[in-house]
Amino acid sequence: MVDFSTVESLIKSHIEDAVVNVTDLTGTQDHLGIMIISDAFMGKMLIQQHQMIMDILKEKLGTNEIHAVQLKTMTKEKAKAQGLL
Amino acid sequence: MSNDNNPFNILGSDKVPQPGGKAVQEENKTGDLNDRIKNLISSSKIFLFMKGNPEMPQCGFSANVIGILNAMNANYSTFDILSDMDIRQGVKEFSNWPTYPQLYVNGQLVGGNDIIMEMYEAGELESFLK
Repeated sequence: MVDFSTVESLIKSHIEDAVVNVTDLTGTQDHLGIMIISDAFMGKMLIQQHQMIMDILKEKLGTNEIHAVQLKTMTKEKAKAQGLL
Repeated sequence: MSNDNNPFNILGSDKVPQPGGKAVQEENKTGDLNDRIKNLISSSKIFLFMKGNPEMPQCGFSANVIGILNAMNANYSTFDILSDMDIRQGVKEFSNWPTYPQLYVNGQLVGGNDIIMEMYEAGELESFLK
């Protein structure tokens, strides 16, 4: 179980311009859907984008504070095109 | 009947989805674990580490990726990570990716189920597999 604002600030401490949205997927606060919008993803493949985030979350996943995550990563341009920004 | 007026051809394709996956096993299980993993990945342009095999996936996510690859008429090889604990643990460290399935194209990790699904839905996967 983890405080969502902790997750948000953890990601933002590594990726300054990140817009982070955390969703509880199961109601148990340990299966999280996390959407991250940032231009730090520009020019990177999806797998590399996800790996950046997984590296940041590694500690929280290791201690099982977070059990599982589903990630959605995109650049600001892509987010705007989808009406998310 | 041509494909243009065939009502069953809902994909609008002249190709029928067909299983193009082949489960492979290691010829040589000795040697450095990373070399064994590299040998597997380089054995096919499209390579999938999965649970089970294309005929009988042992996990819903693996089954999903198999379904997508077959829908794209891809030719690919697979390895059942349930059959080898060393490979199962080793690939996670090799790729810095914690879960299965893992799809490799030209020796590069492309993604697991979520990413493959997202690329497929965005129409980005097909050009990648060519």
